[in-house]
Amino acid sequence: MSEWLSPDEWVAVRLSLIVSVTAMIASLPFGLAIAFLLARGRFWGKSVLDAAVHLPLVMPPVVTGYLLLIGFGRRGPIGQFLYDWFGIVLSFRWTGAALACAIMGFPLMVRAMRLSIEAVDRKLEDAAGTLGANPAWVSAVVTLPLCLPGILAGMVLSFAKAMGEFGATITFVSNIPGETQTLPSAIYTFTQVPGGDAGAFRLTLISIAISVAALFASELLARLAARRIAAA
Amino acid sequence: MSPVLDLSVRHQQGEFALDATLVSDGRLTALFGPSGSGKTSLVNIIAGLVRPQSGHVRIDGETLLDTARGIDLPKHRRRIGYVFQEARLFPHLSVRQNLLFGHWFAPRGSRRSSDLATVLDLLGIGHLLKRTPSALSGGEKQRVAIGRALLSHPRLLLMDEPLAALDEARKSEILPYIERLRDEAGIPIVYVSHSVTEVARLATTVALVEGGRVKACGPTAEVLVRPDLTANGTLLAPSTLLDATVTGRDEAFGLVTAQTPAGLFQFARQTAKAGDRLKLRIVASDVMLSLASPQGVSALNVVAGRIESLAAEGAIVDVGLTCGEARLIARITAKSRAVLGLTSGMAIFAVIKTVSLETP
Repeated sequence: MSEWLSPDEWVAVRLSLIVSVTAMIASLPFGLAIAFLLARGRFWGKSVLDAAVHLPLVMPPVVTGYLLLIGFGRRGPIGQFLYDWFGIVLSFRWTGAALACAIMGFPLMVRAMRLSIEAVDRKLEDAAGTLGANPAWVSAVVTLPLCLPGILAGMVLSFAKAMGEFGATITFVSNIPGETQTLPSAIYTFTQVPGGDAGAFRLTLISIAISVAALFASELLARLAARRIAAA
Repeated sequence: MSPVLDLSVRHQQGEFALDATLVSDGRLTALFGPSGSGKTSLVNIIAGLVRPQSGHVRIDGETLLDTARGIDLPKHRRRIGYVFQEARLFPHLSVRQNLLFGHWFAPRGSRRSSDLATVLDLLGIGHLLKRTPSALSGGEKQRVAIGRALLSHPRLLLMDEPLAALDEARKSEILPYIERLRDEAGIPIVYVSHSVTEVARLATTVALVEGGRVKACGPTAEVLVRPDLTANGTLLAPSTLLDATVTGRDEAFGLVTAQTPAGLFQFARQTAKAGDRLKLRIVASDVMLSLASPQGVSALNVVAGRIESLAAEGAIVDVGLTCGEARLIARITAKSRAVLGLTSGMAIFAVIKTVSLETP
């Protein structure tokens, strides 16, 4: 591998994987909670929350990145708070790239999960209730297992989106090799220098391979889950 | 002692108003009435799936709901087993996991390790344990659903038309299990049905539900003779329900002889052996009355009796008879009554065709 890829390219691939997995895992609890809220909740401002979740999908990524820069930059209100209290710096760090990717993938994740939660037959939950399961148990042993395929799909969508995220990432954390230069940024950099075609092509192939692998993995998991939930 | 089931609820659901009061001590109480009469709403209120605007629900003296006293036990703490019309098995769990679902949440003191074996034996589902619900037939699903409810150690079992979605063959597959349940499990059952045959066969007590109200409630035989019995909008003829004990078989003609409080009866039935106890349902319009013991008629069942009552409504007269220790009801025309000169206290013969006898 290392003979085929230059060390710099290898770093970009590794960084992209770390950033994407971090983004996916970190947004999972929030995504699941908001999906539940949107699927089941009845509260004032639900449509506002729904719109807010979808914003990253409709806004230009550069705008999202710029808003992140303003909010989470060292001198931004949230960024300053995080630095003062926890010593966390997001701007121009890989963690910032993960944040940008998580936010860009968030609407996709929530959408997939919400649809699968809405598809769960509430009658089964009632049945579980009459059998003595309190609401927490019903969620854990009936609702969550039944919407597992949707949860997996949401995670894969979030991961895939993170692997391809470019606009918001480069705006928020720039394109620093070894720190914030993910696969798309690396490919972009190659295209901007003479003779970079070969490198860009290699990274493109890797990018495609990872996406396809993620897709297959999710198909496989969803099918395993669906087999157990085959229409009763 | 407090009654098994004591409820009185008012509930407004859109246009539909439920205002029902019901007290029953039966081992199997049937809620009988047309579709949309509020039967399912009633069991949903008992189970805690629907909260009525006002009223109370008490099981064996324990209050599950009393809006006046601010008591409303959540459904998972009511310990009411509920067998739904569509089984509602958990598709992601095996039959075994489904069965043990409620068992796991049941109070530890009431659980025994032999429970599963007992229920498997009672319902004949031992061979299904490793399957998933999608690999079960409709009848098997319903039996697993009954087992699942039983294993949660309920104090009351609700069954909402558990046979409605099944064909005749499947129904007759499950009915014997429900009878065993009623006689052996020791858990009172509330059974929703709009089928008079199911009710006649299973129920010890019947509550007539109509338009959101309980119109009548009492022992099955007493309710079935009522002239105002309806099913799905059409008036049902009243009928007599007799307990019968099989005394013998006539193999040559495929007939069964059975002793009832009204006398000996013969009827066709495939499976019955001496000593079997079953129910005999005689619809009033299938009973012919004769002043003398008839000769040369095809009907095999003739019982002697005495006219007890005559209730006329238009061209129709319902005649109540005492035959032996039983009461029989016959429906004839006002003209027949006039021609025969029937009056109260007269000796009479009731003639019933064997083929019109129902053994539900």
